[in-house]
Amino acid sequence: MNMLILGANSDLAQALARKFAQVERAHLTLASRDLGLLEKQGRDLEIRFQVKTRTVYFDATDFASHAGFYAGLDPKPDLVVLAFGYLGDQKKAQEDFGETRRIIAVNFIGAVSILEIIARDFEGRGHGCLIGISSVAGERGRQSNYVYGAAKGALAIYLGGLRNRLHPRGVRVLTVLPGFVATKMTEHLDLPGMLLATPEEVADDVYRAWKKGKEIVYTKGLWKWIMWIIKAIPEKVFKRLKL
Amino acid sequence: MRSYASLVELRHLLETPGDLIVHAMGRSYGDSALYSRVLLSRRFNKILEFNPQTGRVTCEAGVTLADLIETFLPRGWFLSVVPGTKFISVGGAIASDVHGKNHHQQGCFSECVEAFSLILPDGQEVHVSRRKNRPLFLATCGGMGLTGVIATATLRLQPIPSAYMRETVLRCAKLQEIFELFEAHQDVPYSVAWIDCLASGEHLGRSILMMGDHAEDGPLQLSRPRPLNIPLELPSFVLNKHSVSFFNHLYYHGKLDQVVGRLTPLEDFFFPLDRISHWNRMYGRRGFTQYQLVLPQAASLTGLTEILKRISAAGLGSFLGVLKLFGQGNDNLLSFPLKGYSLAVDFKIESKLFPFLRELDRVVLDHGGRLYLTKDVRMSAETFRRGYPRWQEFALLRERHGLKAKFNSLQSLRLGV
Repeated sequence: MNMLILGANSDLAQALARKFAQVERAHLTLASRDLGLLEKQGRDLEIRFQVKTRTVYFDATDFASHAGFYAGLDPKPDLVVLAFGYLGDQKKAQEDFGETRRIIAVNFIGAVSILEIIARDFEGRGHGCLIGISSVAGERGRQSNYVYGAAKGALAIYLGGLRNRLHPRGVRVLTVLPGFVATKMTEHLDLPGMLLATPEEVADDVYRAWKKGKEIVYTKGLWKWIMWIIKAIPEKVFKRLKL
Repeated sequence: MRSYASLVELRHLLETPGDLIVHAMGRSYGDSALYSRVLLSRRFNKILEFNPQTGRVTCEAGVTLADLIETFLPRGWFLSVVPGTKFISVGGAIASDVHGKNHHQQGCFSECVEAFSLILPDGQEVHVSRRKNRPLFLATCGGMGLTGVIATATLRLQPIPSAYMRETVLRCAKLQEIFELFEAHQDVPYSVAWIDCLASGEHLGRSILMMGDHAEDGPLQLSRPRPLNIPLELPSFVLNKHSVSFFNHLYYHGKLDQVVGRLTPLEDFFFPLDRISHWNRMYGRRGFTQYQLVLPQAASLTGLTEILKRISAAGLGSFLGVLKLFGQGNDNLLSFPLKGYSLAVDFKIESKLFPFLRELDRVVLDHGGRLYLTKDVRMSAETFRRGYPRWQEFALLRERHGLKAKFNSLQSLRLGV
């Protein structure tokens, strides 16, 4: 199996790379902006799991480069993980549209730009699977991170549409909705231990969901019920909450 | 708390004014990796190089021993020194200069370290080995992370034929007897004893000696027993003098009189506690501390007799008492082991514990011994200095390289080093 990971330097992506290399013996194409880090990671995966890896430069917000990037991949992937993302700073985003634009550009527009290209290829081949990392933050707008939430929510809707479109062609789309994950992106935040997953736990959950052919997976699984409750709160009440 | 995955990120973090300590897996029992500012090394965890002919591996310091075992055991290579848990980082193993059941033959972890690189406060990367920058090698191995950030390390693995061990278990009725057994079996590569710290009178020092070597054949695949878990903290009254005494009685008499050459999975032999997630919850909310001491061999019998008498009289012990005969000490400035007997005992934290441990400190020092920094959370600067006569050399080196202004832990401040 050939697996392409976009945003391969993220902690989640690395855990997924290890999981699929170990269990599926997947050959990995790692794509990200920091090539130095990427090559180190590739070498590590080769030594640990005796799989083949390849590293490619990829910038999610350089939309014009995406078609060329994908055209240059040979062989084409069977499985694509979209793992790049940018949490940003909500406070800053409220004052500085540049930050807002960046959050939306990375998490949504960049994702749509590259996934549309990959979807066309998968559709034509009648083969392939896409795994997109969205977030539970995208399930309901909250004052503490609604810009990021809006971008991730849009991504989830987009992935749903893609799934609907590609299903007849036998192409699968898996939407991943992580809650809190202990990664570089969140290490400056004080998060509740009970709800905090390690990247390895998330990778295990994603792998299981992929194996079972699921469409949507919450990780940790508890988030499914938490979000069910949060989504059930009437907006009249929700607007008064400090979340 | 900030982490780094590359030297660029690490250097960037070091530029921020203020002192700090590197924190990896957090398995030291004391405060050696705690401070108001810590850098997490666990994302700095790539294996960089492996030579399948020589078993030489180069990796970043955040790689864990578990990673190395999982990766290389199936290919017939194993670390030549492992402590009682595999959930520690390579950097931590060097900084604590950890020892294992084979110390009497193989020495400390630093013996399998060929070289490492060290990042100094100004971001400079220094290559360190026994020959190159030797003073930094001697200070860093066992130096508790106080000599800079250990970045990458090259280790020599040992070839092994099997993922199984041949284990022999012997029961001994008293201290003198276990000493004789340790000394009679020095040619066995791995040995350690469980000791009943609550036994007294004629039973003082009763123990179970566990020894072994790598099996000559058998599969290289790891057996994967189901992990056990302690889901909740037990109420702290569960472990008391009577319950522990009862447990120890059962444990001592429950083992067969003698087991010879039993085939045991390597992970069970080396890391019995790793199978139980959160085993520390057994001690309740207030937790525990471990007291690990070593005495010179000549003073061991009288010294340990006195220490065990005091522990059993105080009724403070717990069931984890571990006894081991070390081999020769090494040249590292702050490495713990020296030729003689080491005793490690877990104590549940309670108010009367600390005055009691201060009494034990005196006995240890009077017999020429010392305490293991990796387990320590409470010894005084005075106790440290008397136990580690080369502390001044260490402090001087820290001064000279500007390390004192950049790398500190709660422990280093307490010990005044």
